[in-house]
Amino acid sequence: MPMKLTKFTFASLTILFLVAPLIAILPLAFTSSVILTYPIPSWSLRWFEELFFADAWRRAIVNSLIIGTGTTLLATVLGTAASLGLRNRLIFFRGTIRTLFLLPMVVPAVVLGVGMQVLLAGFGLTNSYAGVIIAHTVVAVPFVVVSVTGALAGIDERVELAAQSLGASPTAVFRRVTLPLAMPGVASGAVLAFATSLDEVVLTLFVAGPNQRTLARQMFSSIRENISPAIAAAAFLFIAATIIIGLVVVLSRSMLAKRR
Amino acid sequence: MSAGLSRTGRSLILLAPLLVFLIGFFVWPLFSMMSQSVSDTAVLRLLPRSAEVLPGWDRKSRPTMPMQTALMEDLKAVDDDQALGDMVRRLNSARSGFRTLMSKTTSALGDPANPPADLVSIDKRWEKPEFWLAIADALSPLTDRNLLAAVDLGRNAAGDIEHLPADQSVNRVILVRTFWIAALVTFACACIGFPYAMIAASLHGWKRDLMLAAVLLPLWTSLLVRTAAWFILLQERGLINDLLQTLGLIDGPLPLIFNRTGVIIAMTHVLLPFMVLPIYSVLITIPKNLMPAAASLGAHPLRAFMRVLLPLSFRGVASGSLLVFISAIGYYITPALIGGPGDQMISSIIAFYATGSANWGMAGALGVVLLVATLLLYSVYARLSAEEPGRR
Repeated sequence: MPMKLTKFTFASLTILFLVAPLIAILPLAFTSSVILTYPIPSWSLRWFEELFFADAWRRAIVNSLIIGTGTTLLATVLGTAASLGLRNRLIFFRGTIRTLFLLPMVVPAVVLGVGMQVLLAGFGLTNSYAGVIIAHTVVAVPFVVVSVTGALAGIDERVELAAQSLGASPTAVFRRVTLPLAMPGVASGAVLAFATSLDEVVLTLFVAGPNQRTLARQMFSSIRENISPAIAAAAFLFIAATIIIGLVVVLSRSMLAKRR
Repeated sequence: MSAGLSRTGRSLILLAPLLVFLIGFFVWPLFSMMSQSVSDTAVLRLLPRSAEVLPGWDRKSRPTMPMQTALMEDLKAVDDDQALGDMVRRLNSARSGFRTLMSKTTSALGDPANPPADLVSIDKRWEKPEFWLAIADALSPLTDRNLLAAVDLGRNAAGDIEHLPADQSVNRVILVRTFWIAALVTFACACIGFPYAMIAASLHGWKRDLMLAAVLLPLWTSLLVRTAAWFILLQERGLINDLLQTLGLIDGPLPLIFNRTGVIIAMTHVLLPFMVLPIYSVLITIPKNLMPAAASLGAHPLRAFMRVLLPLSFRGVASGSLLVFISAIGYYITPALIGGPGDQMISSIIAFYATGSANWGMAGALGVVLLVATLLLYSVYARLSAEEPGRR
């Protein structure tokens, strides 16, 4: 019995450690005070107003949406195409290519940032949306590759062969059979790419100019320079978005599982 | 046969865009960072004539007249102030005193009314071989000084590798600190993560789902949000200090932020999911009846744990530890926001060299050290996770 109690206490405390910090800051988004402390004097939406109407924050949100959308499109198209290519077992250096596709997840962001700044400066792409979208796509594309490769691995090749034997052209097989079956993987890859772009700070620090300040970048500098409850309001939005994204991913995974 | 070929062709066409994209914007940047760390053209670019004359010098005697003339002509030909500044900075780092010497020399050379006969007449220091040695050593387009300096080594006048003096030895301290913080975080994650994964694997139904959801929620939450949350909680008047004071456990606020404690707490929270998930995925493959079997054969629970469960779950613990350690050594955001000046890790120093002082050579050299360490550890991790579970 004491063993069971110890286990229960340990598990509860760890869950508390994992989840409580995220929950504890949510109410602070609705404080009327200018400082981020409890007790909250009275409730107010002033920090959400600040977030949506103060120039710096509003522009940061718009920039995050532009860059996130660009990254999602580019990473999803490149990553999906490459995952389809990787299905072919006859490709030389298949393992090496796959490792290369996943490596941007491993390389420390600051290291990539230094190299990226040197390179993009050479192309005249620093301080441009294109430069930031390229940088974000490099770190977002592994998530698309992992997600789509997983979905493609779950497809029974006999289904495609059946379509082929019934006279469907390779394009028709792809469009009518392969792509619909891989779609949940593509969708969750796209969602993860968007989330990666939204949260990316370090590369943005290196390649973005003042006009491409993203929401994450703006949060980083405001924590550093003058912290205000606007941070808690932004965090509130992020956590709400996370839960929505999480639900989308879980739903698309369960759709994928049902298909199998 | 032709169908097979066209299929391969199609696959290559599908692979090519991402391959080209990553070679251009991932491999190439890493290479240009590495080449920055060994390239050393700031001096060579501006002193082409000296580069022809100086190799003929014996490196000991007084500077000859042709050497002085060549350098004077080179300096007269310089019309780019920024390049001149880069060169002076480079020379001054090899030999202090160059900054004043160069500004005196260039202004004397720029005076058309009174052309100097040689460099020694401008400043007596040009008689000393040390200054010429610094120039001669800086004329090679490749250098190992940044890479050596990244681990606090340097070359002495004779060209042998030796330790830099203590006042210049900062990088090794930071490297040791980076690995130490990463090790502490890995240890903390293992201490919490292993029992947590074990309990989760032993449960069923909603209890297990709850324990896994508690790991996945922070994993999916923005890193910045999690760091912001700890920033708010750990403040002097934050929730944790308030709570402890209300409970009467402490009298004054504990210093939790801008120090090592805060960094370790926040990083452990951020990286704990990377420890729990690999261990959990190994533990659920271990047959449930092994521990009762050991017990029925008379093993004490602790002994059964040490001899049965721990060896079987080693792969998960090793993968998780490597994953946490690899992520931790490259961390930038959390130490930058939660740590004090004494808790900055190698990433912060790289960022400082790159954006703060535009010293791309040093930024690149430290980047190479971090990159090599990361890739080595990752290759161990990849080998470990490629092993089929249950093959032993």
